[in-house]
Amino acid sequence: MAKYLLLKHYQGAPAAVNDVPMEQWTPDEISAHVQYMNDFAARLERTGEFVDGQALAPDGMWVRYDGEGRPPVTDGPFAETKDLIAGWMVIDVDSRERAVELAGELSAAPGAGGKPIHEWLEVRPFLTEPTTITE
Amino acid sequence: MTSQLDEGLVRSLTPSVLGVLVRRGADFAAAEDAVQDALVEAVRVWPADPPRDPKGWLVTVAWRRFLDATRADAARRQREDVVDEEPAPASGTSVDDTLQLYFLCAHPSLTPSSAVALTLRAVGGLTTRQIARAYLVPEATMAQRISRAKRTVSGVRFDQPGDVATVLRVLYLVFNEGYSGDVDLAAEAIRLTRQLAAAIDHPEVAGLLALMLLHSARRDARTAPDGSLVPLAEQDRGRWDVGAITQGVRILQAALARDELGEFQAQAAIAALHADAPTAEETDWVQIVEWYDELARLTDSPVVRLNRAVAVGEADGPRAGLAALAKVDDTVPRHAAVAAYLHERDGDLATAARLYAEAARQAPDLAERDHLTRQAARLNTRRGRPRTA
Repeated sequence: MAKYLLLKHYQGAPAAVNDVPMEQWTPDEISAHVQYMNDFAARLERTGEFVDGQALAPDGMWVRYDGEGRPPVTDGPFAETKDLIAGWMVIDVDSRERAVELAGELSAAPGAGGKPIHEWLEVRPFLTEPTTITE
Repeated sequence: MTSQLDEGLVRSLTPSVLGVLVRRGADFAAAEDAVQDALVEAVRVWPADPPRDPKGWLVTVAWRRFLDATRADAARRQREDVVDEEPAPASGTSVDDTLQLYFLCAHPSLTPSSAVALTLRAVGGLTTRQIARAYLVPEATMAQRISRAKRTVSGVRFDQPGDVATVLRVLYLVFNEGYSGDVDLAAEAIRLTRQLAAAIDHPEVAGLLALMLLHSARRDARTAPDGSLVPLAEQDRGRWDVGAITQGVRILQAALARDELGEFQAQAAIAALHADAPTAEETDWVQIVEWYDELARLTDSPVVRLNRAVAVGEADGPRAGLAALAKVDDTVPRHAAVAAYLHERDGDLATAARLYAEAARQAPDLAERDHLTRQAARLNTRRGRPRTA
């Protein structure tokens, strides 16, 4: 088994095929989209491939250490950021092919006009623990 | 008792059993561990062999566990003077014990998340695993949080009087920020507040209990079958829990009659006015505005002033609501959502749609974000869908 992180971006990913902001969809199209996402996660739980999924708020900040005895420096909200993560799902699957297959299904979630969004999702394999058998 | 274990009964005995152990001289952290062990044992043994005196049974088993653990501890440290096997004579009542336990678990030296966890475990009798699942954190993390909390309060003397307000804040958090898992935290908060109300006669405890009952009564109607939020005005009022409303109103009226108003009573009064309206149109918004005025005097909270602007918008029209909103700091959460609503009522659909979309971006949870995006979508669709590239 191998774990993969599926990343959805608010910005920074290449443009989707059906690239219409959600507030321009009809309420029914939004409902259909939410239903699709819920069904997708529920299905992966049933197949034993779902690990975790969370959504992130679009606002946030950069923070860094600024030296002994000083408060951390903050910068934001993400003024210069090109890349903005909207959320993630972690899956535990048998193969890279399966990870790609599932990401493809997630990207097919319906959007404006009820048509698939074809949004680009970032798929990142986890670095694993060393295996027990090494030769 | 039948073969089916009444978990509610078991857990309702937790605080008084813990109180007995502490009164006999056990330190709080060790006593709490021992009571948890006894509860686990009860779940295992009682279905087949129910005790005649459940509390007595739990005290006996917990005390034995405490002695075993202390002895093991003492042996490890090569000390023998730690524990006196004979229990000290009991003094005080179980009501006092329960009350002291609430104060201890909500002690001001604890952070809110620690106080919540310790209250659910020591007063509520939930297991660490249940609490961890409810708050979506790993069990080991929750175990650490609870054990640190126990260490923090272990030096607090058990007989000091506490501040009811700190307890109420903790119970309010449990009710309002209960997430998920196999435990219904809102129901648990109601149970613990009811138990507190039985131990202390205080109008704000009654006010909080009424507030919880009145909000809980609407809970099923708040969510559509697909999981989306249903706003108050659109809820099917036939799905409201009449029993909970009746009880909440009765408790609130008794509290208000004592003429010691506090913020929970005022919030409950607003909830009661909503519960009292057969339809959204028949809501007594004028009286609701008056209660928000009281609440603003009591708390001076910008969130209260924001909600007041909504009520003013309903009582005196959207323009009056927008005027009230203009005096509220626009960094207050949900400011954009309220502005959007009032602009829509005022007929400015373009501004409303823009503000709903902005509010969706600021929404603190997914259900609310989806709801606000739908509101923007509804207005944009009505205005003719502008197609972007």
